[in-house]
Amino acid sequence: MAGSRRIEQRFAKLRQERRAGLVTFLTCGDPDAETGFAILERLPEMGVDLIEVGMPFTDPMADGPAIQAAGLRALKAGMTLIKTLDQVRRFRKSDADTPIVLMGYYNPIYAYGVDRFIADALGAGVDGLIVVDLPPEEDAELCLPSLKAGLPFIRLATPTTDDKRLPTVLKNTSGFVYYVSITGITGAKLTQTARVADAVARIKRHTDLPVAVGFGIKTPEQAAEIARVADAAVVGTALVQIIADNLGSDGKAKPGVADLVLKQVKLLADGVRQARLSGARVA
Amino acid sequence: MADLNTYRAGPDAAGHFGNYGGRFAAETLMPLILEVEKAYLAAKADPAFHAELSYLHKFYAGRPSPLYFAERLTNHLGGARIYFKREELNHTGSHKINNVLGQVLLAKRMGKPRIIAETGAGQHGVATATACALFNFPCVVYMGEEDIKRQAPNVFRMKLLGAEVRPVTSGSRTLKDAMNEALRDWVTNVETTYYVIGTVAGPHPYPMMVRDFQCVIGEEVRTQLKEVEGRLPDTLVACIGGGSNAMGLFHPFLDDKSVGMVAVEAAGHGIETGKHAASLTGGRPGVLHGNRTYLLQDADGQITEAHSISAGLDYPGIGPEHSWLHDHGRVTYVSATDAEALDAFQMCSKLEGIIPALEPAHALAEVKKRAPRLPKDHLMVVNLCGRGDKDVFTVAAALGVSL
Repeated sequence: MAGSRRIEQRFAKLRQERRAGLVTFLTCGDPDAETGFAILERLPEMGVDLIEVGMPFTDPMADGPAIQAAGLRALKAGMTLIKTLDQVRRFRKSDADTPIVLMGYYNPIYAYGVDRFIADALGAGVDGLIVVDLPPEEDAELCLPSLKAGLPFIRLATPTTDDKRLPTVLKNTSGFVYYVSITGITGAKLTQTARVADAVARIKRHTDLPVAVGFGIKTPEQAAEIARVADAAVVGTALVQIIADNLGSDGKAKPGVADLVLKQVKLLADGVRQARLSGARVA
Repeated sequence: MADLNTYRAGPDAAGHFGNYGGRFAAETLMPLILEVEKAYLAAKADPAFHAELSYLHKFYAGRPSPLYFAERLTNHLGGARIYFKREELNHTGSHKINNVLGQVLLAKRMGKPRIIAETGAGQHGVATATACALFNFPCVVYMGEEDIKRQAPNVFRMKLLGAEVRPVTSGSRTLKDAMNEALRDWVTNVETTYYVIGTVAGPHPYPMMVRDFQCVIGEEVRTQLKEVEGRLPDTLVACIGGGSNAMGLFHPFLDDKSVGMVAVEAAGHGIETGKHAASLTGGRPGVLHGNRTYLLQDADGQITEAHSISAGLDYPGIGPEHSWLHDHGRVTYVSATDAEALDAFQMCSKLEGIIPALEPAHALAEVKKRAPRLPKDHLMVVNLCGRGDKDVFTVAAALGVSL
């Protein structure tokens, strides 16, 4: 299945089910490749609708302490971009439908080589890219080549992206729009749902693409609140923190870490699914 | 590469110096980055802005800084006539004040009530804290925990000036990480905050704007040397971390073909040891902190830690315009080790009665190598971009002296 179709079909299915989706973010290879994969491969059965896989980077300037630490743990355990793509390839052997979006920063991709990266990502079964430090002003770098190759480039829109700028941001975006609910870094405090609802409505005046909302969503209750006003809720830091809280003194994963993360994922998925029962708006 | 008619035309409208520069920033920051550019271009065209900046340069910072003939050093090395551009005599003790006054005036014009900055050696932090005291801005300076340890006098100085110094404990706990943390603060407080970047790096328009504010160094040198020698310099020498003091000295001379330029990166323990901060000599192009430029990185594009005895040069990148000038061969980029810088530091102190900062001690190390081979009518200007008071503890430790 071509990349863009998987995201499209997943959001179509969500519309059919009249509910919002749950998107999870975890850093690839955190705290080590095997534990990371044990989590990744079971995310769909816990109810995750779309998976964001973080590409670790030494200098993640838009991330809070939890995701910074996750990246450094993964790098220390030997994660690389090649191995990140390997994990996606391995995941695809047992799951042909759940969309996977790679999220990270440009330098590792630039070092890998843009054309080679796009080809390898598509080959591995990646469905889209989110690259935090590539705004529309730098579309020629990766966005346009990706789109040309059929690999969706998902853009971040933020509270500072005003109506004047939104068309610029939305112009070369595809798959969905990722609305960053706060001006801040990952893991910060969630803003009021009403403000998020207004922002989602504002974006939807400019595009037909689904809008996922992230940054600051931690609990199943918060995920449910966001699920009432957006097409998907993204949870990252809260899951990454479970890993951080369950490491031994040697920094290695304690037994059962994967299960703890997955248990929380299930609660989040249930929260998102129940949101529609208590009066969901339908995209 | 072929010679260009001009090396002073960059950047293009999108902030590119050839393949370098650009605006690799998070979307949250982009609207403000575009606003900074617009406000800067408006200020640049406004005579009132220049008048206010000139006034502050003259009566507050003490400009013009002298161009001093270093006679004893010249005689000692026995070759080129060596001049010091005495940027260390500026208020706050380095060239950093030139840029900070410009940017803080810009923040005032933009109506941003809060200032943040990153600092390595603390010189930029002190300059920013100073300007914020003068203009009554609240000021937060991010500084790596490692640098806080080795630059204690500057940390206290910033606090005296009313700034809050926030220790950065992530990564290598040096300048790179301080810049990450400042960017995170900016993303969080973008509505209220202006980020004063201290060097010719970051997303466009910073490399251009900081360069413009630092060009006063080279412009003064041109006038001053003409007065005493009646002609242009033959060689300009400056140290380079991010590259603002070098760019400020070089840029006004880039189109004077007879003027040679040498920038000195920090080679730390030696390029071959991997423990250095020489991005051009030991790195390759990549994207970090808003721009494409030469970076120290591994094969996977992960940024590696820089090392230098000088906290101000301890950065794994370099300003994008330097990367461009490097590729064109207009400026020669060399390096000096910690040991060579320490030697030059002592040489300058003893011969000239000037204790230089460890940063320009790297430039002096190159002068020491180069000057003896040159004829006695060769005019060499070295940018003495900072004074060494802040470094006495580091130098004492390196020389095995307990204070």
